[in-house]
Amino acid sequence: MSDIPADLKYIASHEWVRVAGDGTVTVGVTDHAQDALGDVVYVELPEVDVVLSAGDEAGVVESVKAASDIYTPLSGTVIAVNSTLEDAPEQVNSDPYGEGWFFKLRLADAGELDELLDADGYADVCDADA
Amino acid sequence: MSSALKRTPLAQAHEAAGAKMVPFFGWEMPLHYGSQLEEHYAVRGCGGIFDVSHMTVVDISGPDATAYLRCLLTQDVTTLAPGQASYGALLNNAGGVIDDLIAYRRTEGYRLIVNAATRDEDLAWLEAHRTGAVEITERAELAMLAVQGPEALARATAWLGAAAPTLAALPPFAFLEDEDRFLARTGYTGEDGFEVVLPAADAVDAWGMLLAAGLAPAGLGARDTLRLEAGMNLYGQDMDQTVSPLEANMGWTVAWAPEDRAFLGRDALAAQKATGVPTRQVGLRLEGKGVLRAGLEVFQEGPDGAWTPVGTLTSGAFSPTLKEGIGLARIKATVPRAAILAVELRGQYRRVLRCRPPFIKKHS
Repeated sequence: MSDIPADLKYIASHEWVRVAGDGTVTVGVTDHAQDALGDVVYVELPEVDVVLSAGDEAGVVESVKAASDIYTPLSGTVIAVNSTLEDAPEQVNSDPYGEGWFFKLRLADAGELDELLDADGYADVCDADA
Repeated sequence: MSSALKRTPLAQAHEAAGAKMVPFFGWEMPLHYGSQLEEHYAVRGCGGIFDVSHMTVVDISGPDATAYLRCLLTQDVTTLAPGQASYGALLNNAGGVIDDLIAYRRTEGYRLIVNAATRDEDLAWLEAHRTGAVEITERAELAMLAVQGPEALARATAWLGAAAPTLAALPPFAFLEDEDRFLARTGYTGEDGFEVVLPAADAVDAWGMLLAAGLAPAGLGARDTLRLEAGMNLYGQDMDQTVSPLEANMGWTVAWAPEDRAFLGRDALAAQKATGVPTRQVGLRLEGKGVLRAGLEVFQEGPDGAWTPVGTLTSGAFSPTLKEGIGLARIKATVPRAAILAVELRGQYRRVLRCRPPFIKKHS
């Protein structure tokens, strides 16, 4: 069973969102996603200051198996990216909710948060996948 | 998981070791045991064990076995002494590769080890061309393990027993038979080590002893990146019935002498050799970060800066050892060696450097 922390929000394309409470969020891929991908060998991140709309492509994660696009679950401006993934992409596997984070956004519309899944909702998505 | 998939004698042992099992040409095989990368590093750094019991073992015997195989294989089995093996291919009449294989000359008769994916075609071809007093016996009851890595032989010493020093002293592609263990200095990783064909009933004990000796279980995923780094072809990807061995870096497996050895596909191959091959296989390394994948198109830069398609990646991966994208490609033979080549990755032309495999230096 994959790890789905209760304090995070999710979307069905297997990204997680940690809400900071100051109008910013952190985004990464879930434990379920990293497990399905296998060993991650390369990550392409968005550029800082880029403005994204919810659902936009925000990067790529390549594993030993395949390349997968990363989508931003929310609209906003990229304020930080986890550049340590360039040299240590395996952090996506070893610590998907911690050291494996992808980017931080300053939200354009906090109302979009209501459309995200909670842990139970996302668990249902994973079960349907299996 | 479909119940129609065949399971090797080690299927339960794989599951106990945490394997992710996947369908593979009719077999249920371990893809990895947690981390494909860790398994790759284990084989390069120390040693690993692969269950390769899905491979097809075929024994060829009878008074006419030698004449028969001289007609079928690109290699000439009369150059092999008992205890020696060589790599080669079965060709169709157009010179296309039906399969690649290793032929072992035993004291009595021969053993062929061919791919699982091509088992049916191979057996049909062998049977269709059988002449004289030749027996063809598939040995599906046997299991097969590959023990590979710089410490593979040292760590397998206890399991090998009295055969250990003899096996360790053998050169590549030599083999010995130790009662019902068929031990060969072959492999598919570019590392030192051996492969063993043994009774299915002995496979679980062998697996357990070798794991206990500190060898890591390694799956199909690591097997693929290891063989690619070593510049070895994978049948069905890097060559198939539409490609000749001359187009797949397998020209060295073809024994042209003596000239009167009329092996199947020889005429077509000789004609292609005379007129020149239409395509050739090259190694490619991606400049900068990223991963190469099978199926990517290869482009050549023209004088006007435009890119023209000249071929396709047949294998591609992230090389765990080199930490860069590597691949094998089949490109038009007319592409000059100095041409600037690229692949298109997410809308960008990315330079690839042509090289001669293997991508890594072979350990002896």
